[in-house]
Order: sequence, then structure tokens, then C-alpha cells
Amino acid sequence: METVLAVLVGILVAASVYLMLARNLLRFLFGLVLLSNAANLTIFAAGRLTEATPPLVPKGMLGPTETVANALPQALILTAIVIGFGLLAFTLVLVYRGYRTLGTLESDAMRFAEPAADAPPSTITDPDGSAL
Amino acid sequence: MVSLSAHSEPKTEAEEDKLPAQRFAPVWLAVLLPAALTIGFCFALPTIIHGGSIRIAYDWVPSLGVSLSFMVDGLSLTFALLITGIGTVILIYSGSYLACHPHLGRFILYLLSFMVAMLGLVLADNLITFFVFWELTTVISYLLIGFDHASSKARRAALQALLLTGAGGLALLAGLILLGLAAGSFEFSAIIAQGDAVRAHDLYLPILVLVLIGAFTKSAQVPFHIWLPNAMAAPTPVSAYLHSATMVKAGIYLLARSHPVLSGTEAWIWSLTLFGAVTAIWASILALRQTDLKLALAYTTVTALGILTMFLGSEATIAVAAAVTFLIVHSLYKAALFLVIGNIDHATGTRDVGQLRGLAGFMPMTAIAAAAAAFSMAGFPPFLGFIGKELKYEGALAIASEPLLVAGAAVLANALMVAVAGIVAWRPFYGGEPATATHPREVPLRRWIGPAVLAALGLTFGLAPSLIADSLVQPAISAILGRKETVKLALWHGVNVPLLLSLLTFALGLSIYAVHTRIRERLTALGARLPFTGDAAWDRLIAGMRALATAQTGLLQTGLLRRYLLTVFASFALLIWASLAVTDAWRPPSAWPDLLVKHWVVVALIVAGASMAVVAHSRLAAICFLGVVGVGVALLFIMFGAPDVAITQLLVETLVVVLVAVAMLRLPRLKPDSARPNRHRDAALAIAVGGAVTVTLIAVIEEPFDRSITTFFERASVPEAFGRNIVNVILVDFRALDTFGEVAVVGVAAIAALSLIRGAARRRR
Repeated sequence: METVLAVLVGILVAASVYLMLARNLLRFLFGLVLLSNAANLTIFAAGRLTEATPPLVPKGMLGPTETVANALPQALILTAIVIGFGLLAFTLVLVYRGYRTLGTLESDAMRFAEPAADAPPSTITDPDGSAL
Repeated sequence: MVSLSAHSEPKTEAEEDKLPAQRFAPVWLAVLLPAALTIGFCFALPTIIHGGSIRIAYDWVPSLGVSLSFMVDGLSLTFALLITGIGTVILIYSGSYLACHPHLGRFILYLLSFMVAMLGLVLADNLITFFVFWELTTVISYLLIGFDHASSKARRAALQALLLTGAGGLALLAGLILLGLAAGSFEFSAIIAQGDAVRAHDLYLPILVLVLIGAFTKSAQVPFHIWLPNAMAAPTPVSAYLHSATMVKAGIYLLARSHPVLSGTEAWIWSLTLFGAVTAIWASILALRQTDLKLALAYTTVTALGILTMFLGSEATIAVAAAVTFLIVHSLYKAALFLVIGNIDHATGTRDVGQLRGLAGFMPMTAIAAAAAAFSMAGFPPFLGFIGKELKYEGALAIASEPLLVAGAAVLANALMVAVAGIVAWRPFYGGEPATATHPREVPLRRWIGPAVLAALGLTFGLAPSLIADSLVQPAISAILGRKETVKLALWHGVNVPLLLSLLTFALGLSIYAVHTRIRERLTALGARLPFTGDAAWDRLIAGMRALATAQTGLLQTGLLRRYLLTVFASFALLIWASLAVTDAWRPPSAWPDLLVKHWVVVALIVAGASMAVVAHSRLAAICFLGVVGVGVALLFIMFGAPDVAITQLLVETLVVVLVAVAMLRLPRLKPDSARPNRHRDAALAIAVGGAVTVTLIAVIEEPFDRSITTFFERASVPEAFGRNIVNVILVDFRALDTFGEVAVVGVAAIAALSLIRGAARRRR
């Protein structure tokens, strides 16, 4: 199963890279969502899979009595999911704010801080004027 | 004497009358330091004369073999006395020369720092300590040369010196580290005994080349000489100090210091002899071309450095004796002459040879000092310069490999030096009337006493060479050659070949002097026809580097997000595939296990969701497909024993969909992605990255698994943390700080997001 997961992760990563290379920042965001799923699955597969036995200690015992799923990657993934969510939420707001300020979602056109060599900064979208 | 002259000198010059009295105090205090150091070093003389040496060491970074160790032997003491002695003279002079300069305090600080750095350089025993002081002299010389920071010429000269000597310094650092490794020690005192081992070492040639680059850049050997004449943009006392006892002599010191270890091979002999000879002759010719006194003098420094390098190339005792003696001679007369030119400059407002005639009547003391120094420079008896020159010829003849080349170069360079001495220190003072705007008058005592003392020392040592023969020259030669040597210095050696060569030099030199204006015209005309000059080549080099920097910045820093991501992903794929190929880490999957239908269904769900998200044209559809992927991943978690993770995943997935959907309401629709340029390139890159991840993950999975950390958590979970859900225990107990950090990250992201939204709202109002 781990091998299948490895292939699955590869497909997710490929899809996410293709989306992130798009000019539209919404697609970039979609790619980010896929990438964090792929990362979580990578950790999961690297920690090896055990079917249907959650890492729990039965009552009255000092440790698990049978072979249970690897607890460590699960703890790491839980952290990663939450951090990934924080990153996504912030990026989403950043994209939203960027659109409000610059009036576009095309990353190629967002050249306020680094104007293209042939265009002086003043010809770039005025941050105040075109907000709406 | 120092404080006496401070009070006895009446303030004749108008500029000094305006000065507040307290301004003098720090300057004269500053003079005390080099003066006290000079006297202090004199106390080391008895030990050195008896062939001993003094070593002091403190641990600095013992684990790396770096110690603050210092050693006084014949060589370092000779340099130390020159540095502190001439430093004293320069400071006395500077206090008067720059008396009304607003940054006099800064100047004195630079000068003293420079002296200390130079002292550290010649006294250091540890290679790394030596290098630190070497770099310090580079940095402080930058400050000194660029002291007149309002002038772009001075800034350019300072930067040029910094870059050239700094680049040489880098090479030197590499060379010193290799030397330390080859010799098995980082202390000069220990390395000196390892000469044969180092010369036979595989690394000998790299060491030699790197060390020589360091020495040649610092000591202004052709073609690295261009920075030195430009460095005369510094105030005259700085030039006097840099050219006589410090800075440029650091390279000579390095050659002398590494002589016992690196010398004696064909590579050493030929590189030093050739570079030295070419430098000496080329610089003499350039010196003859100059009409600016200071510039002419600056080029003769390059000549002297070439001669010193040439003689240090030899193993012969007499050649090394010539180098050491000439080192002392040169330091004394060069400092004196620069200070004299400073006096002329101040008194007349010009340094142009054409305008300066007959100054002796107006500036008698300066004229006497100038004449005495010039005689030493030209090598007339009974000055020390004569002894130095005789030794040079004797040494040249003793050099086994190429006596004719060395002797010829020495005669030519010395003859040109005679001519330049006449131009710089004779012609301005005698014959004719000064054609200057201001009426020249003698400078105050503090400004002629220094050159006078230095010139007088040249005469004294010439008359009584035994004063320095046993105390300085002989111990220095012993240190350079790594064996005990005895040399006799004397004015009269009888009629022999060196004396005949001396006479030839005088004849040649005086003839050149007689026709030097005509030679200068020819040289100027010839120079105009040269295809390029070293300085112009330097400018082109710097311009080329700037263009390269601009080009590569334009290439890498495009300001386009896609370009950056492209670079990141492409490097990622390239590095992983390359390392997989190189390290042979690729493992084919051992077995495709039997999967149940439910597994295939979930996997197919995820793949379908991801693919549809890629090709979806509508935002809403894309979000739905992302949701499918998220739910599919959650199902995988449930199937493989991770219900906690699955719950969180579902929760977050829901939140993501809601958040993105809310944002959609305020964002424009997607344009179809099919029109995007470079689709095929992006797809190829995406497959390369995805494939790299898959292959790496399979390689990881095929490795044996170490479950020990998990086993620890499973065993410790109940007894130590009293929790039966091991994942939860790990999160809130064993890795509680991580979880705390995670909460903090989410908090920070929330605050940042909030402020971004608020800012947008305010702007809208």
C-alpha cells in the first residue's frame, strides 16, 4: 500500500506544481491546498501503514497489546494540517488584499514593488485609485 | 625631544595661530605611543643580537590551532623598528601638516591603528593571526587612502587598493591554510623547520602560487602595481608611511618570512626574479615619465619593491643581505623624500617639476634633508644607500641562476633611481627661480626635523654600518635564511666588480638625468600610443563585473512569481534526480501488495479529484474537486488507523472550502487555463517534480524501518503521561512545546490576516 501511496503523492504533487505555475493566483492557492495534502500523505506513508488499528492503549494496560498504527507520524501530520491551514488562510487573505489593492489576480501584473525594467513605477496600477 | 619641539617651535604659520591650544594635546599624546614602542623594541635588541628570539602566546581558538602568538626575531624586529620609528616621525609631521584639518583626530586614529596592525603583522607567529593583521592593514589602508573622502579620485584609489589587496588577501588565506596543513603546524616558528617537507609536499605549488599572489598584490608587483601610484591620493604623511615602512612592505615581509619554507625551488626563484626584475624596470621607466614629484616618487617605490622581490628570490646570503640593507635604506630615504615633497607642496602649492626651481634659498632645512635623502637614494658614498647598492651588485653576481639578468636589471633600475633622485630632490631646489604662485618659505621645525632625522640616519648608518650590521641586518638575514649568517657591511671593499658597476650606474644615471626632459617627452608620446593602460584595464574589469551583476540579477530577480516558482521547482527536480542518479539510491518497489477494492476506490477518488481540479474552468467546481481530494485523504487516514487525523482533516477541509468560497464572492472569475503559454513546459516540470517525490518516497519505504521512537511513546504513554490515546499524548505532553508553537503560528497568521482585511476595508472607505 505504501508504494501506491507514493505514486498517489507523486500525482498530487504534479497536479499542485502545475496549478502553482499558473498565472492566476486562485489556481496557485488550489495548488497550495493539494501540496499540503501531498505533504501529509508523504509523512503518513514514510511512517509505514498499519490497517485499522488506531494507536490506543487498552484500559488497564501499560502499553498497546497488539501491533498498532505508528503514532508518531500521526502526531506530526496533525501539526502539519493545522500549520498548513494557517498558511492557506493567510495566503488567501493576501491574495484577496492583493486583488483589492492592485485590481488583478494575475501574478505577472502584480509589479508594484518590482516594476518591470521597461515600465516606470508610476505607470503601474495606482494602489489607491483602482482599489474597487 | 618630542615635547620640546612642540613648545619651542614658534607658531609662525598663520594657520596655526588660529588653532585652539587643546588641539595639540592629543596629537602629542599620540606621538608618545610609537615613540615608546620604538624604545621598547630597542630593549629586545640584545636578545636578538645574541641569536635569540622572544615568543609570547595566548590561546585564541585552541580547537582550530589558532593562537594569538607573537615572535620577535631578527626579521620582525627590523620591521618593527622601522614601523615604530618612522611612525613616530610621521606622527610628529602629521600633527603639523594637518594641524588645521577638521578630521585630524580621525586621521591620527587611522594612522595609529594602521601602525598597530602593521606591527601585529610582522610580529605574528600564528598564520591565522598573521592573516587577521594582514587584512587589518588592508582595511585601514582603505580608510587612509580614502581619507579625503569628498574627492572621488581618493575614493576610487581607496577602493582599488582595497579590492586588489583584498583579493590577494583571500588567495593568501587559502595559501596559509594549505601551508599550515602541509607543515603540520600553524606557527611560523615551527613551520620554518619543515622547509624540506613543505617543498616536497604535493600542495607546494598551490601554496606557493597563493602566497605569492598575496605578496605580489600587497607589494605592488607588475601587473598589480596600479593601486600604489593611485594611492598617493592620500595625504602626504600617509603616502610616506605606506610607501616606506608599512603596507607595501608587508608583502616583502611575507616573502622574507616564508623564505626558509618556500624558497630554493625553480618556481620560487624564477617567479620572484622575473616579477621583481620586470617590476623594477617598468616602474623606473614610468617614474621617469611623471611630472608630479609625488607620483614620480610613488613609482620609485614600485621599483624598490621589484628590486627587493628580485633579491629575495635568491638563496645566496649576500643577495639576502642586499635585500635587508636596501629595505632599511629605502624606508629611510623614501619616508624622508615624501615628507620633503609634502613640505614643497605646502610651501608652494604645487608639485609640478616644471614650476619648481631654486627652492633651496627659501627652504634651506628642507633642501638639506632632501639632498641627504636623495644621495642615499642615488647610492652615493658615504650614505647607507651606497652600501646597499654595492651589496646589490655583489648579490646579483652571486646569484647562481641568472646573474646577468639580475645584475643588468639592478644596474638599470639603480641608474634610473639616480635620475629620479635628481629630478625629485635636486632639481626643485637648485638653479633658477621658483615659478609658483605663492612665495615659498621654510616650513616649521616639526615638518623638517622628521625628514632631516631620517636622512641623517641614512648618513650615520653609512658612515658607521656596524651600528645596524650586527644588530639588525645579520639577525634578519639569519631569520630569512633559517641559518646563522655573518655579513660585514663596509663602505670600502676595494676596487672590484661591484664598484665598477657603481661607477657605471652613476655615469648612466647622471646621463639620464641630463636628458631626462627629452626622455620624458619621448615616453609621454610613446605612452599615448599604448593600446591600454593598467588603470584603464582596471576600470574595464570593474565595469564588466557590474554588468555581469546586473545581467545575472535581471536573469534571476525578474519580479515574476511564476519565474521564481519555476526556478525553485526546477532546481528541486534537478537536485533530486541528480542525487538519485549519483548516489544510486533508487530502489524498485519490492512488491505491489494486494489491495482491497475500497482502497482502489479511495485512491481513484483522490486522483480524479486532483485531475479535475487542474482542468476545472469554474471556481466552484475546482473547490468541490479539492474537497473531494481532502475527503479522500481523510478516508485513507481512517482506513489506516488514524481516526484523530481523519477528524482534523475533515474539519480543516470543510473550513478551507468555506473560506475559499467566501473569498470567491469578492474575487473575479477564473479565465480558462487552456490559453496559458508554456503549458507543455509546466506540465513536464510538474511531472518531473511529482516523479522525483514518488521515487524518493519509494526509496525511503524500501529501506528498513526504525520504529524505536514510536515504541518509546507506546511504552511511556500510560506510565509517564497517564494517557491512553498515544497520538494525543504525544501532542499535548511529549511534544507540547511543538504544539504550543503551532498554536502561536496559527495565532500570528490570524492576526496578520485580520490586519490585511482591515487595511483593505479602511482603504475602501
